[in-house]
Amino acid sequence: MARQMTGAKMVVQALKDQGVDTVFGYPGGAVLPIYDELFQQNDIRHILARHEQGAVHAAEGYARSTGRPGVVLVTSGPGATNAVTGITDALMDSIPIVVLTGQVPTFMIGTDGFQEADTVGITRPCTKHNWLVKDTDALAETIHQAFHVATTGRPGPVLIDIPKDVQFASGAYVTPKQADTRHYRPRVKGDLEPIKALVEAMETARRPVFYTGGGVINSGPAASQLLRELVDATGFPVTSTLMGLGAYPGSGENWIGMLGMHGLYEANMAMHDCDLMIAVGARFDDRITGLISAFSPGSKKAHVDIDPSSINKVIHVDFPIVGDVAHVLEDLLRIWKSRGRKTDRAGVKDWWAQINDWRKKDCLSYKNASRVIKPQHALERLEALTRDHDRYITTEVGQHQMWAAQYLRFEAPNRFMTSGGLGTMGYGFPASIGVQMAHPEALVINVAGEASWLMNMQEMGTAVQYRLPVKQFILNNERLGMVRQWQQLLHGERYSQSWSEALPDFVKLAEAFGARGILCTDPADLDDAIMEMINHDGPVIFDCQVEKHENCFPMIPSGKPHNEMLLGDAATEGAIEDGGAVLV
Amino acid sequence: MSALKIKKGSTSHSAYQLRDPHAEASERHTLSVVVDNEAGVLARVIGLFSGRGYNIESLTVAEVDHTGHQSRITIVTSGTPSVIDQIQAQLGRIVPVHEVHDLTDEGPSVERELALFKVAGTGDRRVEALRLADIFRANVVDSTLESFTFELTGTPEKIDAFAELMRPLGLVEVARTGVAALSRGPQQAK
Repeated sequence: MARQMTGAKMVVQALKDQGVDTVFGYPGGAVLPIYDELFQQNDIRHILARHEQGAVHAAEGYARSTGRPGVVLVTSGPGATNAVTGITDALMDSIPIVVLTGQVPTFMIGTDGFQEADTVGITRPCTKHNWLVKDTDALAETIHQAFHVATTGRPGPVLIDIPKDVQFASGAYVTPKQADTRHYRPRVKGDLEPIKALVEAMETARRPVFYTGGGVINSGPAASQLLRELVDATGFPVTSTLMGLGAYPGSGENWIGMLGMHGLYEANMAMHDCDLMIAVGARFDDRITGLISAFSPGSKKAHVDIDPSSINKVIHVDFPIVGDVAHVLEDLLRIWKSRGRKTDRAGVKDWWAQINDWRKKDCLSYKNASRVIKPQHALERLEALTRDHDRYITTEVGQHQMWAAQYLRFEAPNRFMTSGGLGTMGYGFPASIGVQMAHPEALVINVAGEASWLMNMQEMGTAVQYRLPVKQFILNNERLGMVRQWQQLLHGERYSQSWSEALPDFVKLAEAFGARGILCTDPADLDDAIMEMINHDGPVIFDCQVEKHENCFPMIPSGKPHNEMLLGDAATEGAIEDGGAVLV
Repeated sequence: MSALKIKKGSTSHSAYQLRDPHAEASERHTLSVVVDNEAGVLARVIGLFSGRGYNIESLTVAEVDHTGHQSRITIVTSGTPSVIDQIQAQLGRIVPVHEVHDLTDEGPSVERELALFKVAGTGDRRVEALRLADIFRANVVDSTLESFTFELTGTPEKIDAFAELMRPLGLVEVARTGVAALSRGPQQAK
């Protein structure tokens, strides 16, 4: 006999049965019954964000750093609409989160009631799936299905809209085991035929490259392990997208660095000149491909992805393999080994010689300065001084994000949380809060720009309230640096609205919230200041005032292929042509 | 540093215009999609088409399995072969979608559409309208002394042809259901 309980109690029970320990949220009229139930239990911890967008990004940080779904609870109307940016961010980066929203009572839906919004309508295109539950008897099963959908196949955000009368009414509770989730079963095992064909291509490839992405991390720790085994056994070079950093260790022997618009010269050249590209859990985003018609013209391409719609969406591939990364890599490795572990050793050796030649460009070199802190230098010091810590990095969006990807080294998956697909300024700070909740003892650093950071600075209240020692490492150039860079390269140095005027005194701001503020302006003080930040047991705002006009290089200019990268300021004159100017 | 000189109309080269519109010819395809008949499922399908810039030439939907609560959506769309493949894959991602069939690709199929035509006229025009309706095997479902309403079932081309013939004879308005389609042969579409 199924247990009877109120909808509100059902929500809390279902979360417990799903193994949820933390909920990020913000209360309001339409979710009061659920908050009342949360109040009367101790198994689930509720973290009060200061804005619903912050709650969703925190849940994303929690999910990305643990591999478990993040949970968000917000009210109807503005609570739900404020969450939309975070939900869209999670969709673009395939992050499993479950968002519970309150709704006006069923009998008021459609009357333009107070704090009513068409939440399922608004979030339909930005969720993997969403539900409006009109009957308490269906609530528990819907929540369990939501967790199943969010975490199965290509992960993503789901939303359940729960009218207030459904929360008050009683109904029958079903457990996760009893819930019917049969319908949604994406295939995880890849077809053996294309896998075999890929193995054959690997055996004869002279210039192979692994191009890996966030899908490797989403697939779980086994996928990263298998990738490492496969890469090391074949000796093929491996590059990764922003989202995939850490799946293969940054100190690994075959690592050639991140690729893409601000990727490393050697990685992009390898992508352009390879004869076999093995894309694993990556989706040929426009930041990666550059000019489509000139993308890696001489290669055969394999694409492993759990989402059939990712395959042949942008780039036509020769070996399409639909399946989960871990499952496919396991089969790939097994078949390759059973056929005698063959590669074209001489060819691959020449290929490495070519790659090492490209490496000599030293594309990340920059002119350091003694009077002003260069942002690249700040990150190199941050890397050196935090390398041995149990460290998690989040970022905001812009130049600092690209520098973080270039100058920090990621040795393990789930250690780098950044807004890749949507490019959401304001992501990093709340995400760092979610990461720290999941890893209380770890060193969690948000590498930020001052403009991005201000977009969700209200979350200082959250960090201080829950004593979360998140370090806000702000590379403060008093500019919207990436916007300024594009205006310099593309818009005749007319810097329209791209400077940060009337910035707060970040040290005083920290103190106003009861946190520590550190100002650093002199390269000579940098190491001590970073150590002070690390050693302070509490949230820190680190105002690192850096060179204001530094540009982020290398860069594939808009509308150019991989082999036409800009390496430094000298080469930027007229680099972007009219055709490229309209690209984003 | 060059000043911004963007040619008029060059937005067609935006980063998001990933497909070269001239590379492949556009084709017309009929898709048959089996979905759970639940609230919002049609909005998900239509939202996919508008959100990703696909065409809908016709769309029909009705519950076809009352006990299993499943509906069949028949969509006629047009696009290059790679766009058609994308549409199929994207439809397959929608959680309440069970099956997606490209009836145009998967072998022979039958397509039928029902239309109602209101034709007003007197004298010879009225007689001619009735005569042509007979040739097309259209039924008269309403009549007054100066009008007929014809019901016609057939392929979209047949309905187009009938509409062309009725226009000079006093065609007032047309209602069409859109295409319903199934694969030929004894089995379910695979």
